[in-house]
Amino acid sequence: MAKMVKNAAGRIVPVEINGKSQTPYQGVGKYIPTGMKAAPPIRSCADYPMDGNKIVGSLQEALEKAGLKDGMTVSNHHHFRNGDLIMNQVFDIASEMGVKGLRWFPSAAFPCHEPLIEHIKNGVVDWIEGSLNGPLGDFASKGGMRGTGVLRSHGGRWQAIQDGEVHIDVAIIAAPTADEFGNATGDRGPSACGLLGFGLADSMYADKVIVVTDNLVPFPCIPWQIQGQNVDYVVALDKVGEPEKIVSGTTQLTKSPDRLYIAELTAKFVKAAGILKEGFSFQAGAGGTALAFALYLKEFMIEAGIKARFIRGGSTKYLVEMLEEGLTDYILDGQTFDLDGVRSMRENSGHINTSPFTSYNWHGKGNFASMLDVVVLGATEVDINFNANVVTHSDGRMLHGIGGWQNCLFSKCTILPIPAFRDRIPVIVDEVTTLVGPGELIDVIVTERGIAINPKRTDLIEATKDCGLPIRTIEELKAEIDDLIGGPPTKPKLTDEVISVVKWVDGTVIDSIFRIER
Amino acid sequence: MSSPFIVGPKGDKPRSDLRVTYTPNSSNLHINLTSKVETLFGESINAQVRDVCNQLGIKTGTFDIEDFGALPFIISARVEAVIKKAHPEIQKDALPVMKDFCMYSSSRNRFRRSRLYLPGNQAKLMVNAGIHKPDGLILDLEDSVSPAEKKDTRYIVRNALRTLDFMGAERMVRINQGEYGLLDLDFIVPHNVHLVLIPKVESADQVLVIDGRIKEISKACGRKEPVYLMPILESGRGILKALEIAEASENNIALAIGLEDYTADIGVQRTLEGHESFFARGMLVNAAKTANLQAIDTVFSDVANEEGLRASVREAKSLGFDGKGCIHPRQINPIHEEFAPSKDDVDKALLIVEAYNEAEAKGLGVVSLGSKMIDPPVVKRALQTLKMAGKV
Repeated sequence: MAKMVKNAAGRIVPVEINGKSQTPYQGVGKYIPTGMKAAPPIRSCADYPMDGNKIVGSLQEALEKAGLKDGMTVSNHHHFRNGDLIMNQVFDIASEMGVKGLRWFPSAAFPCHEPLIEHIKNGVVDWIEGSLNGPLGDFASKGGMRGTGVLRSHGGRWQAIQDGEVHIDVAIIAAPTADEFGNATGDRGPSACGLLGFGLADSMYADKVIVVTDNLVPFPCIPWQIQGQNVDYVVALDKVGEPEKIVSGTTQLTKSPDRLYIAELTAKFVKAAGILKEGFSFQAGAGGTALAFALYLKEFMIEAGIKARFIRGGSTKYLVEMLEEGLTDYILDGQTFDLDGVRSMRENSGHINTSPFTSYNWHGKGNFASMLDVVVLGATEVDINFNANVVTHSDGRMLHGIGGWQNCLFSKCTILPIPAFRDRIPVIVDEVTTLVGPGELIDVIVTERGIAINPKRTDLIEATKDCGLPIRTIEELKAEIDDLIGGPPTKPKLTDEVISVVKWVDGTVIDSIFRIER
Repeated sequence: MSSPFIVGPKGDKPRSDLRVTYTPNSSNLHINLTSKVETLFGESINAQVRDVCNQLGIKTGTFDIEDFGALPFIISARVEAVIKKAHPEIQKDALPVMKDFCMYSSSRNRFRRSRLYLPGNQAKLMVNAGIHKPDGLILDLEDSVSPAEKKDTRYIVRNALRTLDFMGAERMVRINQGEYGLLDLDFIVPHNVHLVLIPKVESADQVLVIDGRIKEISKACGRKEPVYLMPILESGRGILKALEIAEASENNIALAIGLEDYTADIGVQRTLEGHESFFARGMLVNAAKTANLQAIDTVFSDVANEEGLRASVREAKSLGFDGKGCIHPRQINPIHEEFAPSKDDVDKALLIVEAYNEAEAKGLGVVSLGSKMIDPPVVKRALQTLKMAGKV
């Protein structure tokens, strides 16, 4: 077992993961690495067809030509979310080829990837580095993977690729439309999924890049978010994804009266704090409450005659309506959460595809995320120092990935609208089970029992002191809920076995997830 | 070995509740717990079950508990209910500590624009209901609870009255009809219920029987404040006896109408336009106002139709109603907004009250505004308008 140290947040983390040495978290903005960025091998156009035709007969042929072998790292983007049809095929083929010990490096995994459990058991895949949801998350929580899980934010994934922490051997890019040269786009074709931004780094840094499409068009494929210069092989299949499944449970508007109340309170806070002004910007992620927040904010914008300069997506039909009704000049979109988002991106010149590079990357020369006036995010737990958790349940089980959550904390005002308790489980705790977001970056939490402002944000406290909203201290909120639920819960019993680590946006290790005692 | 007693919700995945099976036997107390929050609250649940048993003098038997994240007030209600099912002779109660925030009072003339119905056995819906700021919260023991669950539900409603913060809403309970309803009173009167809704009232006697029983219980438990009554008229006979019912007790504060049962009783379809209930609504408003009570309209049951709700409230207001029932928190704000007077009305009322104050200051007997003389009822209505608009 690797040596453990206490990092700057006081959390116990390993100094080595999967045979690679690690830097413990040092504080927000403290870790400034130097040196050169990673790069793919030098290639020569002489090795590629002069006529630009890179089509090969099958996915298996492409994987064989790419030289897939034991111990390699295989990556893909998750723009099809739960409707991906490619990655299960890839690992089935790898299994038939007799390849063992692969590392899978998706930008996120979904319940549709449950068959991967078999491939982990039979040795084709050793471990997964990427957001784990549903059955794979449960499997990993129980310590089922050979190798330690690594949870990264969307920006952290780009950072890891760019500074060489993760080297991709073979990148698979499912593309709703592509040409034989490898130019590809996500916004059109029968399987249109919006954009391909999460696959952009993979296309630029992997040794071998395979584009898989079900809609081959004559050169040039316009627009080309993925550029053919980076692509080795193109495979045409009958169907690459089920776009109707990109709509997941987290992208439905909430019907719960309590959640709607929280969303309304959040919008009222944004208005009271003076953030709602001409030319402002906001981001509201997936999740029923965040979507409802956007609708309430929209009402206030119409009332006040205010227009946003830009909104950051995850886009949904609600944001698309705001763009179409002239309430914002632009949507700068990282992923489309429903088919209205896909249509809008294709048809509306104000709906722009972006990638984690523009918005979230630690090694970028600045980021869109920190320019946002306000961002609204979820959390499973927040502690009295405003530290927050999005990856584990209070009982220690792994829950889901980080997504862009950590990266978004850098906005000018970060608000977490969250219920004060779920069933009997309190959301405000003494200490988070897993530290994912440092409290100094979290400004406000909004619950159905009141709003708590981080004492560090004296400006927000001052701006809202007479607004009539139920503003309370986080300690007061916690005491009220603890009384209702019959005292704070017992801490889960955890082993000292690390099943996964959580990376901070700069690549340092901010916390460990320990296996639960069986 | 005796047969097991069971309380709690049916179905695969209830939330925020628990199912308790109690098998009396002569072995020492044994608890088998499965809980979705077992890691976090397993010990706490075990301790609580033992505590309730202790208070009720239960030292033996087996408890099988399936918990779905229930809060403590419902855990003790379910455990007490199952014990009393097995041992109806037990006189003691396992009362949770009455919270300070449950001790506020109500008043005869407070607003009753919105009253939110909550099924008495749905603890999950009650816990945060107060945040939506209805004028009144009704814990329902009657139609929203199935007959098989009515007895068990009394314990939940009692514990809710003692432990949940309704944040200023009037604390109301709708009791059952007849004998059952009289027994319901034991579970609510000592626990600071403000108002009792009496269903299907057709005579003054029905009100008097309830009022009499409430007074007995109040005396026994040392309750000083009155329990207000809101008879619900929901039959042809009830409507025809409206005035008699309204004047039956000094504790009556409002008459409410229930149109689902009323339309069934007179054999018509209930329509959105509501012509079929025009007589009944007019009759009820007249009787209520004659007896100086508030008149409260029926619920609007199409939760998704906010425009329909608003239109229905405007109509009720125009007929003289002071309030409306609701079945979903999202209906509360629209109801309050529609009952609020228009800006014109408020401005006019301000002028009237100003003129009245001025006349009084000068010792004038007659109040006039411009060239118009203002009668005392006009002043009274203006004050009411300002109160509705939150200007007093």
